[in-house]
Amino acid sequence: MNADFTVEELAFQQQVREFLRTEFPADLKARIDANIRLGKDELVRWQKILYAKGWAAPTWPVEHGGTGWTHTQRHIFATEIGLYGAPEPVPFGMKMVAPVIMAYGTEAQKKRFLPDILASNVWWCQGYSEPNAGSDLAALKTTAVRDGDDYVVNGNKTWNTYGQYADWIFCLVRTDSTVKKQEGISFLLIDMKSPGISLKPIFLLDGHAEVNEVFFDDVRVPAENLIGEENKGWTYAKVLLTHERTNIAGVARSKRKLGALKEAAARESDGEGGSMSKVAAFKRKIAEIEIELCALEYSELRTLAALSVDKAPGPESSILKIVGTELSQRLDGLFLELAAYHSLPFVPEQFEADFNADPVGSDSLASTALTYFNNRKLSIYGGSNEIQRNIICKAVLGL
Amino acid sequence: MDFSYSEVQQMLLDQVRRFVNNSYDFETRKKIIAGEGGYSKENWSLFAELGWLAVPFSAEDGGLGGSAVDLIVIMEEFGRANLVEPYIASAVLGGRLLASLSQGNEKVEMLEQLIAGELQLAVASAEAQGRYNLANVITSATSESDEITLNGKKIAVLNAANSDHLLVVAREWGAQVDADGISVFLVDPGAKGVRIRDFPTIDGRRAAEVEFKNVRVSASLRLGEAGKALPALESVVDLATVAVCAEAVGALEMLLQKTVDYSKTRQQFGVPIGTFQALQHRMADMFIECQLARSIVLMAAMKLDSSEPAAVKTAAVSAAKSRTGKAIKQVGQEAIQIHGGIAITEELDVGHYFKRVTAIEVMFGNSDYHSDRYADLGAL
Repeated sequence: MNADFTVEELAFQQQVREFLRTEFPADLKARIDANIRLGKDELVRWQKILYAKGWAAPTWPVEHGGTGWTHTQRHIFATEIGLYGAPEPVPFGMKMVAPVIMAYGTEAQKKRFLPDILASNVWWCQGYSEPNAGSDLAALKTTAVRDGDDYVVNGNKTWNTYGQYADWIFCLVRTDSTVKKQEGISFLLIDMKSPGISLKPIFLLDGHAEVNEVFFDDVRVPAENLIGEENKGWTYAKVLLTHERTNIAGVARSKRKLGALKEAAARESDGEGGSMSKVAAFKRKIAEIEIELCALEYSELRTLAALSVDKAPGPESSILKIVGTELSQRLDGLFLELAAYHSLPFVPEQFEADFNADPVGSDSLASTALTYFNNRKLSIYGGSNEIQRNIICKAVLGL
Repeated sequence: MDFSYSEVQQMLLDQVRRFVNNSYDFETRKKIIAGEGGYSKENWSLFAELGWLAVPFSAEDGGLGGSAVDLIVIMEEFGRANLVEPYIASAVLGGRLLASLSQGNEKVEMLEQLIAGELQLAVASAEAQGRYNLANVITSATSESDEITLNGKKIAVLNAANSDHLLVVAREWGAQVDADGISVFLVDPGAKGVRIRDFPTIDGRRAAEVEFKNVRVSASLRLGEAGKALPALESVVDLATVAVCAEAVGALEMLLQKTVDYSKTRQQFGVPIGTFQALQHRMADMFIECQLARSIVLMAAMKLDSSEPAAVKTAAVSAAKSRTGKAIKQVGQEAIQIHGGIAITEELDVGHYFKRVTAIEVMFGNSDYHSDRYADLGAL
């Protein structure tokens, strides 16, 4: 039993580190370190650097331009990116729709869509949730009615992340309302420029609109944009979800966040002439979260080791999702505790790239509350943590 | 990276599991506890025969290698059975302390006897005022020519009444909490001035308060260099800490399994209580706690077996004990709550697992103690 990387894996780790150090743009690094939000242009620029290196799609097979990496290599890559603070690839094209197209799309669809996803020429967004279909996703009501060579789509989707940047949207739509709800759903690709689509930004508690509501009003979609068979969309979406397990625990990102928290604690005054890093109660909380992170990291490594010997993926991803997101939120909570009065200013625009006025508040802690608010999403999205617990009960405990 | 057990470890696991499944049910355990000494001498001989008593020791000491991972393989299975034989007290604490401090023929002979199952040891370390600080030692050892006189009182001495030798931690010089000045002496439990007040512990084991009144021992029975025993004691306690954490992992998984099984059969309001989501999610959280505890105990065992610096190993042990303690409280308390009243009776095994893991949380430093020790070791 050992948790060590092989010589080859260590060499790969060095290669990734060297790549990040030399190729990750300094201006993006400066923004990330200052908590300035990256826009579409910056994210695409970074993605195209990865593309040039041949590393755009760590999880894709080689035949489609992927890296063909082992599970451990993917883990190393994701870890190094996370520790460095570089953005993860925007997942909607690369990790969400592409695997479905690969598995269930026609040859024509693969040729049409995959190369542009790989090269980050086309930005995708997700059309799953609806106002009345959240955890009960299969209750979705957006309809697609066949009319000649087209489907006519009506309804609305919500929690659509970065829809304002998107060229295409992949949707789950209802094509049969007379059968069991899971059996009347289809998987449809829709051009965002289609007449009848409109977007309404949703402002979150951090004052930023990273999500949208999307409305479909008699939107005509060519039937050739259907993935696989009509009414099989639920199966496709589920298969996708069970394969979507890389980096779900966010260990590297939480390590980076914990490092920043410790640095901030050493800087912040306890108001009594010492620093917050010496306050026994706060010190203990930091120790406990670091220990939790260690337990999470080794749980992830155990999962990875099992995947590497081709053991079928179990419900481990549910554990990793629950523990990883709750830990990340606890870190946000500790930042808030540390920031005290520094967390009060609500000036979200100062975290946008085009902000030119004098910033308000402490450099390192001014975004604390905004992050705390925004990250409440972590335990809600991607199958809420309660849904994950349902999965554990069903798949592991047989309840 | 490989988280699987080696072939030898897998064989050891299968062997121990077979034993606990076939020969250590709840009724058997009750009889053993009620019997003389509170453990089974037949079992102890069997452990020796099967080589289990050799697992904590290096090959040079006549053991099977002494790896922490080997040890946790055994301990987890012992945890499943809630086994009461004094493996930690005698083989791990006593044996390893002897092995790391003692030298020469005496060491070889005693370890041989211990591994053969013919010798029981007990370490007398904790004192009433000391909490978890191993350096907080008042029990005094004053020397005059080549004779040592011991005075003081030890608490919670595991396995004392069964022991053939007590390994007594005493202070030769320095202030009450000084690291320097602490020695370990080999003391005959029957020696004049030794008073052993034996008692049952909450978890079905035996321990004792041991008092020393002008107990005279030869200076040749000091193990190792005078006044320099603390680091050895700390590292042996660290190993025992990881061992009981592994035992807790086994016990907690039993508690989870028994709780889930019970929730599927216990009917209220006309349905199994396991159909209630209010209980389901709590059992899901128990499962998560078990998994996290397992992960961090594996981590700590691997660190102990590695060539990392001592501070890294100590931090890993504290991380494991802190996190396992949290799992102990959550899984233990939830197992009782979900079972309901039946679990707070003596007649169900669930309560006895709960008692054992509670004792584990208390021993060698509780969660808060280890969180703070971890923090003090860090670069915070």
